[in-house]
Amino acid sequence: MTRNRSYLTHAKNIALLIAALFTLFPVVWVIISAFKPQSELFRVPMTLFPDEWTFENFISAFRHGNFIVYFSNTVFVAVVATLLTVVINIMAGYALAKYIFFGRDIIFAIMIATLMVPLQVIMIPIFLQLKDLGLLNSLWGIIIPPSATPTGIFLARQYMVNISNSMIESARIDGAKELRIFWQIVLPLSRPIIATIAIFSFMWRWNDYLWPLIVITDNKKQTMQQALANFVGQLQINWSNLLAMTTISIVPVILVFLAFQKLFMTGITAGAVKG
Amino acid sequence: MKTTKTKGNFHQTLAPLLFLLPNILIFTTFIIIPLFRGLSMSFMDWGVFTSPEFVGLKNFLLLFKDKVFIITLRNTIVYSFCAVLLLLVVSLLLALALSKNSIRGERVFRAVFYIPSLISMVAVGISWRFILGDEMGILNYVIRSLGGARVPWLTNGPMAMMSVIAVTVWAGAGYYMVIFISGLQAIPLELYEAATIDGANRWQEFRRITLPLLKSTVLVVIVLSTIASFKAYELIVTMTKGGPGYSTKFIVQQVYEVAFIEDRMGYASAMSIVLMMIIGAFTLMQFRLSGKEAHYD
Repeated sequence: MTRNRSYLTHAKNIALLIAALFTLFPVVWVIISAFKPQSELFRVPMTLFPDEWTFENFISAFRHGNFIVYFSNTVFVAVVATLLTVVINIMAGYALAKYIFFGRDIIFAIMIATLMVPLQVIMIPIFLQLKDLGLLNSLWGIIIPPSATPTGIFLARQYMVNISNSMIESARIDGAKELRIFWQIVLPLSRPIIATIAIFSFMWRWNDYLWPLIVITDNKKQTMQQALANFVGQLQINWSNLLAMTTISIVPVILVFLAFQKLFMTGITAGAVKG
Repeated sequence: MKTTKTKGNFHQTLAPLLFLLPNILIFTTFIIIPLFRGLSMSFMDWGVFTSPEFVGLKNFLLLFKDKVFIITLRNTIVYSFCAVLLLLVVSLLLALALSKNSIRGERVFRAVFYIPSLISMVAVGISWRFILGDEMGILNYVIRSLGGARVPWLTNGPMAMMSVIAVTVWAGAGYYMVIFISGLQAIPLELYEAATIDGANRWQEFRRITLPLLKSTVLVVIVLSTIASFKAYELIVTMTKGGPGYSTKFIVQQVYEVAFIEDRMGYASAMSIVLMMIIGAFTLMQFRLSGKEAHYD
């Protein structure tokens, strides 16, 4: 019996190892290929590692085709949008968790129900709405509309429900104003959920393609994901440059993940499994 | 509920509304109003350069005769069905292998399998297009060096659909694995201990304990992955552009092209309504699964 189980464990470990290699290989292959000189990229016989490592592709990606513009647009959108998302969703989560007022549960229900209407479903009227508001071709048009997220509100509210009422109460008795209570008591206690929302928001913004696609047509305002998609849509693809740009898009999110692994796992499960 | 006792105070009535104001404004401007605009547009002929004209149900009736729309709808359903089924099996297997602290390096494995879900779908599509290229791709290179024949991964219709499905599974399995792991860890260990004492084998444990207690998690994963598959767009744009022919073209791409390239916004809105009903139905299921509150991704 034990013998049998240990064989099984070995088989399982080997299977897992193969699966892990299969999972990682595409990412590794793309990143390594980005460091190959153009002459080596499609050379036969193919080799895993380049004979000569080079930054040439990264340099030429940044030099040509506005990539530095796309990169800074993306950083701007991701950072500002994350700040905005955290602030307004934490505020809303607090209001929904710690106050009694007329219509509270209905407002919460409506906000959650908007999950039924993702961008893919209303991209045409959203485009017209942005046009009417003069937000087309503006980075603010990418930043503002998706910053109110049912996900963020839900996570914030769920977390803040558990903040002790007595602290808030005693601050009130001491005469503290509502905004001060929020700022000095509630915010410091909410650090973990702020970090979770911030990280998910940043990653999502960094990777998002559809919002920029709807909002931006001006080449100078595009984000990295848009640029990548345009690049791969061309008839003659410059793979060396494209792989370098793809690497620049992939590596930061993996680094963020490795730094905050625990927050990720709890964030996903808090969102997806708990009811 | 768990709320402070004193109320009626002016500040305490006004404060929550002010805290909610930015969200209410954004939700109203960018979801609720567009929703009604979209609904009304679906009954109109509407282009950017033409004035809207009410046409009743014409757009919806046209949908039934629109071959391309029907193909994209069918493609989306086929894609969704296969991707969901495979995602379910693969992510559950990974979770079962990685939820019991039974092997060394479990956390590393989890991280590795999660990594593809961090990458943007645009970059995923580009990476796989690089790997699956007909002549230059590494996969065909390896197959040919082993004496096999070149496989048209992305240039043959059914093959391209399979590739898109496989890449979807590659990109998503780690995410659903995490959901499954937390579902598995919620199952009390005593149940397994009792089963072992009763002499149950592993398969019996799985059938009689794990699966029944994991039912709600399985449903959550099915619903979430179905919704995600009906929203699929980026991957197709970068991997196949919907081709060859229409063989990997899905609804969202068709809506986008009809609206923004052909400039038939009313008609595209009618397509969106169909998509909304499908996504809405699955989201409602998701809400019901979790009781009063919602699930997130």
